[in-house]
Amino acid sequence: MTQSPPTQREITPADSLDCSGLLCPLPVYKTALALGNLQPGEVLELITTDPGALEDIPAMARQRGDTVLASEDRGSSQRFLIEKGTQT
Amino acid sequence: MTGVAETAAPARAANDEPPKKRLALVASKGTLDQAYPPLILASTAVSLGWEAGIYFTFYGLDILHQDRFNKLKVASLANPAGPIQLPNLLGAVPGATAAATKVMKRWMNDARMPEVAEFIDMSRELGVRFFACSTTMGVMGVDESDLIEGCDIAGAAAFLDYAAAADVQLFV
Repeated sequence: MTQSPPTQREITPADSLDCSGLLCPLPVYKTALALGNLQPGEVLELITTDPGALEDIPAMARQRGDTVLASEDRGSSQRFLIEKGTQT
Repeated sequence: MTGVAETAAPARAANDEPPKKRLALVASKGTLDQAYPPLILASTAVSLGWEAGIYFTFYGLDILHQDRFNKLKVASLANPAGPIQLPNLLGAVPGATAAATKVMKRWMNDARMPEVAEFIDMSRELGVRFFACSTTMGVMGVDESDLIEGCDIAGAAAFLDYAAAADVQLFV
């Protein structure tokens, strides 16, 4: 196998979504719509400012079968890289 | 209207995928503040890939009433956590309910939260099922033509049949 694990490979998001200023449930709702336009294995970059997103986005990914490759708390904002799973 | 509710077990996709999780909610209150929680939970559930259905009963049926869902109000009386803090004696004054409603709408707008009508549309577009309680319709004189489109008219047994196959059931 020559494929690197996800944390080591270079990640190029297929799409980016800015949910700054939006509260629950809108970041989850809009992320689900954005992931719906991607192919399995493609990555969505997501920016949020709702502190609840740090729990909500991983929970959403767990429920949908997607993978959060990166989750970054920048204090006033959060950034995620979400890889679309095959189930959704 | 789709008529009688089809409330069998959750949809099972082809090729042996597990059935979807299901959320079953009861919306029993017809105030503006209490219209949000069931719509938020249901629209979130379908965003997670679940099925979701809301049973609108008693005052909650106003959320499906096409002449009323845009006129839901926040109670100013006996609502100590409401958007305007008034003693009950003043909460009963004409205009107090309108004032409390106006403040709540401003809060929601400032927080960029969608209005109830938008949440209804979002939920329906994502496939949330709306069950209209047939007993409430009979008791309160609500006709099928009074309801927004796409509701299933159902009694308690039909809703419980739907809820029995749900993973999460909540009463609002």
